[in-house]
Amino acid sequence: MLIFEHSQTGRRNPSQAPLAAAAVADIPAHLRRSKRPLLPEVSEMQAVRHYTRLSQKNFSIDTQFYPLGSCTMKYNPRACNSLAMLPPFLARHPLAPDSTGQGFLACMYELQEILKDVTGMQAVSLTPMAGAQGEFAGVAMIRAYHDARHDTARSEILVPDAAHGTNPATAVMCGYTVREIPTDRDGNIDLALLKAALGPHTAGLMLTNPSTLGVFEKDIQQVQKLVHEAGGLLYYDGANLNAILGKVKPGDMGFDVIHMNLHKTFSTPHGGGGPGAGPVGVNEKLQPFLPVPMVARAKDDTYYLLTEKERPQTIGRLSAHLGNAGVLLRAYVYARLLGREGMHRVGEFATLNANYLMARLTQAGFEAAYPKRRATHEFILTLKKLKEDTGCSAMDVAKRLLDKGYHAPTTYFPLLVPECFLIEPSETESKEELDGFVDAMKAIRDEARSDPATVRDAPHTTPVRRLDDVKAARELDLVWKA
Amino acid sequence: MPFIPHTDADVAAMLKAIGAGKIDDLFDEIPPALRSSGFKQVPEGLSEMEIARLMLERAEADGRYHNFIGAGAYEHHIPAAVWQIATRGEFYSSYTPYQAEASQGTLQLLYEYQTMMASLTGMDASNASLYDGASALAEAVLMAVRAHKSGRRVLVPKTLHPVYRQVVRSIVANQKIELVELPYDPAGGHTDPAALAAVATDDCAALVIAQPNFFGTLEEVDALTDWAHSQGLLVIACVNPVALAVLKAPGEWGARGADIAVGEGQPLGAPLSSGGPYFGFMCCKQALLRQMPGRIIGRTVDRDGQPGFTLTLQAREQHIRRSKATSNICTNQGLLVSAATIHMALLGPDGLERVAAHSHANTLALVAQLAAIKGVEKVFNRPLFHEAVLRLDQPAEEVLRALAAQGILGGYNLAAHYPELGQAVLVCATETKTAADLKNFAFHMERIVSKRRLDPPCAVKVNPSVK
Repeated sequence: MLIFEHSQTGRRNPSQAPLAAAAVADIPAHLRRSKRPLLPEVSEMQAVRHYTRLSQKNFSIDTQFYPLGSCTMKYNPRACNSLAMLPPFLARHPLAPDSTGQGFLACMYELQEILKDVTGMQAVSLTPMAGAQGEFAGVAMIRAYHDARHDTARSEILVPDAAHGTNPATAVMCGYTVREIPTDRDGNIDLALLKAALGPHTAGLMLTNPSTLGVFEKDIQQVQKLVHEAGGLLYYDGANLNAILGKVKPGDMGFDVIHMNLHKTFSTPHGGGGPGAGPVGVNEKLQPFLPVPMVARAKDDTYYLLTEKERPQTIGRLSAHLGNAGVLLRAYVYARLLGREGMHRVGEFATLNANYLMARLTQAGFEAAYPKRRATHEFILTLKKLKEDTGCSAMDVAKRLLDKGYHAPTTYFPLLVPECFLIEPSETESKEELDGFVDAMKAIRDEARSDPATVRDAPHTTPVRRLDDVKAARELDLVWKA
Repeated sequence: MPFIPHTDADVAAMLKAIGAGKIDDLFDEIPPALRSSGFKQVPEGLSEMEIARLMLERAEADGRYHNFIGAGAYEHHIPAAVWQIATRGEFYSSYTPYQAEASQGTLQLLYEYQTMMASLTGMDASNASLYDGASALAEAVLMAVRAHKSGRRVLVPKTLHPVYRQVVRSIVANQKIELVELPYDPAGGHTDPAALAAVATDDCAALVIAQPNFFGTLEEVDALTDWAHSQGLLVIACVNPVALAVLKAPGEWGARGADIAVGEGQPLGAPLSSGGPYFGFMCCKQALLRQMPGRIIGRTVDRDGQPGFTLTLQAREQHIRRSKATSNICTNQGLLVSAATIHMALLGPDGLERVAAHSHANTLALVAQLAAIKGVEKVFNRPLFHEAVLRLDQPAEEVLRALAAQGILGGYNLAAHYPELGQAVLVCATETKTAADLKNFAFHMERIVSKRRLDPPCAVKVNPSVK
């Protein structure tokens, strides 16, 4: 039932708005609204009950194992939320003077320093509001760098064929054409084809390492040498930073620019689809071009925002203020709770969990896409054989996992691997949880052999059964009509 | 170990299953030369108690002020239930609803949100949010250029938020799109429709109309919209969603209505929070739907014919279309949309209208009191909504600093972006301000501009919340 179907004309919540009406008679009639908007008229309790019940129809990290590959669904510590929501932090207007936000700015400055250290980059700007905007900032800086050197023939960005869709989409938003570089059989970028693609037209290469195939790009030193020799820059997509936190720094791998997804690696909430935060880090080459505002510390230990005035070569602003400030506060609290030691262990235990799960599943007869490789923080299973044997696809197994109380892994990505699951358990899951997932996978495989219809018809226990996506797209119903 | 549940026995058993001697062996594919040399800037870990104390001290140091700054971010009361429900783990710690059957809560909420926003703006459809108002406008500009097909220039009035103009420029700069600024009428503080006859519209794709505009002034939206359509341009409305409770919906502007409506969603339940997270909203007419960026939710049926909700029109998006997508956006501002939806449900049409009307009435009352002070004058003579420009006969920066010392954030200094206005400040008093707050502001303003000291001893109150 929709909230609108609980609505009754004339029902009001008087305590939530000013008690008396006020006049707007000075606003000319032709500029005023004539028809009331379609908003629900419900009591406070009806609204609370309705949205509480809706929440109960969601799977979430707080309620289920959520091994969505490439999304790093780790536990979101509650303290991060409650401390970012302290009333003075919430009440502060973004255009209030810096002098009224020294506590807030101190957190931001320290977060910049922490992110520089963990990535091995020279400078960080916190403003991008999600990974894709961080990518945009990164590629726009690459462009600004080449332009500043009058090296304007560089028109192409290279991306591996397994890259996230945001990589090519971002390159196009920055005015570049995109060339895809194939991956070899072991999941590494094909060096011969990379060499052939590089040239005076190359602006840069966007790379995720570990790659979206869940393996570490072993030839990274050669890749970086080749790209730099061709005059291009190397972009690090931080989607998979959780795998190497404390083990390798992107700066040490030779990357010129990196974005981080704080809603992954730094455990800020995914919120049903955001908000994220996608800070960018750069080496000396790109430092002048970072997006503003940035946070600086003055000689007298006060903090202030750097703007276009101090940073004339900046690529500019990406949001009206400092990006998703409250998300950045949560990431700061997380970083301080972990500290140096805890931060080192993130990569270790994320990798331990992924390798354990891959070992258990392959020992149980499932097929890893890259069996000769170590898993990083995630790995890929291919269910091609199961599909051939039983007719049950990776999507069917994914839906049946929901019945078993597990959120499905990422399905059908990367596109190169048929019938695939990209599985990322994260470091916050216990061995028992992983064992339970293995048992569920085995049970579903057995069921696919004995009773494939039950698997193909899954899910059976969720609030709705499998939805008709074709109807959704063909007979568009995007807003409710009374 | 924070948030890592493994016992030593677990680790041993897991390594055994993997066939590895120690955890470090799992990193044997990483060239040794690249292995991290450790962290220098990351401090030692803190307990929850310790970090709680640090954060509380920092928050308290920032203090509490009587805020009269608006300029795109507005202080409104947020019902207690909004964030209590929005931060339930099921909303807070879930992700993009890729598995629709396991995400019906988020999906239905987004469908309800789309319905509310489409109705508020008078448009046919809404997406499930963009990052913020400024970046939503940038996406609208890109969308209009795609939809228009031939035009690469977009008309942007100087009455549009100056930072929005900067953000749009940063985002569209590399796609060979030119932003053409339109001057404003110095008496009204609006874009004069009569002056548009002189504007060249060749190679133009769209006109942006902000209502209310950055000065709080109301634009003649009907005339502007009709003019743009007569020139073959699309109309992008940039609007405040709370203002829409009393102002004409963009879908009803002029004869045909605006084509795209975007704006900052912050006034709907998002705390000011030093600038974010907020959310951008975007609504459009049916004809432009397939050019819209971002997630869109559709209602459909499941295998048993029961209604349900799912992500739809995904062929526009980067994870399917890659380099040909309408935008690179992936993660948006879902949690803020959850809060906004609950916020709108709690206020209802009547509550939202009261909030808007009270904010407006408070601003009118404040402006009347301040403009009555010698040395303070109202700058523009046009109708306004809940914000206004005042000019001082002395440096605005100093007056604002003196007000801040009394715990009053007395407005936004326009000097950097509009030097032609002189010593001008933009003031706003929302429904959160009482008659006593307005009087207190006017009292100190009068005293400061007349250079009169408080009766001794001069009580300088840096931070009214800390005794």
